[in-house]
Amino acid sequence: MFKGPGLMLRISLQHFAQHDTAFMITSSEPDEHGHWGKFGGRYIPETLVAPLEELTTEFMRARTDEKFSRQFNVLLRDYAGRPTPLFYAQRLTAQAGGAQIYLKREDLLHTGAHKINNAIGQALLAQRMGKARIIAETGAGQHGVATATVCALLGLRCVIYMGAEDVRRQALNVFRMRLLGANVITVNAGTRTLKDAINEALRDWVTNVHDTYYLLGSALGPHPYPLMVREFQSVIGREAREQILAATGKLPCALVACVGGGSNAIGLFHPFIADEGVRLIGVEAGGCGDSLGKHAARFHSGTQSGGGRVGVLQGTMSYVLQDANGQIATTHSISAGLDYSAIGPEHAYLHDGGRAEYLQATDAEALEGLRLCAKLEGIIPALETAHAIVPAIKVASELSPEDAIIVNVSGRGDKDVQLVADLQRT
Amino acid sequence: MSRIQETFRKLKRARRGGFIPFITVGDPDLATTERLLIELANSGADIIELGVPFSDPVADGEVIQRASERALRNGVTVQDALRCARNVTRRIDVPLVLFSYFNPLLQFGEERLALAASRAGIDAVLVTDLIPEEAGSWIQNLCRHRLDPIFLVAPTTSDKRLTQIAQQARGFIYAVSRAGVTGERDRMTRDAEILVRRIRSLSDLPVAVGFGISTAEQVTGVWRFADAAVIGSAIVREIEKLSHSPDPMKCVGEFVRSLIPPVQLSAFQ
Repeated sequence: MFKGPGLMLRISLQHFAQHDTAFMITSSEPDEHGHWGKFGGRYIPETLVAPLEELTTEFMRARTDEKFSRQFNVLLRDYAGRPTPLFYAQRLTAQAGGAQIYLKREDLLHTGAHKINNAIGQALLAQRMGKARIIAETGAGQHGVATATVCALLGLRCVIYMGAEDVRRQALNVFRMRLLGANVITVNAGTRTLKDAINEALRDWVTNVHDTYYLLGSALGPHPYPLMVREFQSVIGREAREQILAATGKLPCALVACVGGGSNAIGLFHPFIADEGVRLIGVEAGGCGDSLGKHAARFHSGTQSGGGRVGVLQGTMSYVLQDANGQIATTHSISAGLDYSAIGPEHAYLHDGGRAEYLQATDAEALEGLRLCAKLEGIIPALETAHAIVPAIKVASELSPEDAIIVNVSGRGDKDVQLVADLQRT
Repeated sequence: MSRIQETFRKLKRARRGGFIPFITVGDPDLATTERLLIELANSGADIIELGVPFSDPVADGEVIQRASERALRNGVTVQDALRCARNVTRRIDVPLVLFSYFNPLLQFGEERLALAASRAGIDAVLVTDLIPEEAGSWIQNLCRHRLDPIFLVAPTTSDKRLTQIAQQARGFIYAVSRAGVTGERDRMTRDAEILVRRIRSLSDLPVAVGFGISTAEQVTGVWRFADAAVIGSAIVREIEKLSHSPDPMKCVGEFVRSLIPPVQLSAFQ
């Protein structure tokens, strides 16, 4: 089921990447402990080692099990609505005046975002493992809604942890989760956003390991989550690769996707990693300023020491926004889904190896992207996704009309309409 | 022989269990922490765990989370913890275990930390979210500076891993009494005893049991099958309650003395 060009190439070039960043990475498989170079791994309390090993074993088994693969693909097709279209965005292309812009329409999936791909995969895995209670964290609420949805479908109990600030920002999604039968727990600790929701979910898991499955929503956390989430999301890139070849007869020049933890981006990028001519461009949340606390751009290289450093947060080693003493920094983004201090470890590896580039879009640019996409294409993207639009136009404008780029429309904007309306009023 | 080994040897000779209190550095402030360390030593602590606050303490329950928040509001750093230790180790004779999440130590620098901790008179370091698989260079650095690396084991830890962890650990093994985060519980399950028996069959290192212990009765219970009991949240809660008290040292000292069973256990070991 996970056959794709990126996976068939198993030659690990990690060794080169560490010593020679000029060398192009053409594969990014972690080692058996989930390390991409120095990134990833497992930094967790001892109690969680056993359940993570159990999960790794089960996932590796499922990965090559045809029955599991069939179940997964059938649900992706008949329930989630795959494959999603690759749409030629004529008017955005005209606006950019350069390369053709194609939109990968993950926003058309059931529940409105790419999150459902991973939720289906992991919930099937949980069912296979005989775990009847599912817990998950959510930022924007899209992963929470996807998890609650799949739990309803499979008859699993569902608890969703959500930061109080996000509960406020994404009230509609909270209502949807409750409607789907999930128990939504508001987290008042810390900054009251995604990071704190993950802390609470981890505390729940460490307490209820015997019967609980932690359905992590992004390409983050301890091994095997970053690998597993990427595998379940790689369907995005595999489809997009076929579709763009069918539409244009050649590979695109660039892929553009927003990056919070990085699951939609890694899902799109991964099947193209071996294609050296394809630029992989992630867009982080530039927020409303350059200093620490004003953005969620882990690769930010500001003069005011606003950028991230290599560190450990919530089970994995990656780039982390933190103060000089190793305390995790608060972040800011207009979009709850990108408002997180760390980035998935595979992105850190692709960044350091020079295979992927990371840009930033500010809150204002995200709003501009949302308006452009809505007015020119009749598609209202999620605020997270909207971060990718303005940088994509810029990238396209520097290329020729024979070239093509793909932008991942990771989610739809219905959940954000109220927030945008409020912003316009003030 | 390390001071921690020596402590456990003395306890064994005296046929009693060890008492290991935990406090968070800088809760409520650094000056109080120094006085608390001395008070704990004078009240019968055999080893003391000194917790470095972290912004995202995933292994901790609410009480220690709040203590970390208070300390971080005071801007407490790893450097402060080391200074605090250095200031008291001249005045007390009780081994100190630095207790932390990995990131603050990593940012301080692995080797630099080992050197600085050793110079500050710290005896051992326990990192809550660092398992031996990720701790290769970490362990080397600690050992080079004569610090004991302490590791946690849990009821979910397999025998195979127990063996591996026991090979990496020095000083003592910290057995987590149950699946869960730190915090007091009314009753202890049998999990801890079963776990300690498994450790005994695989290792000769002393075993301390922690998580969920908050009364003298529970300490007595733990001493029946383990070498020491760790009490964290109950003491931290007392410190939290007493922050407005005129003589907090005396109150904390009395509370701690009330947690230590008065008599030697003739049945011990």
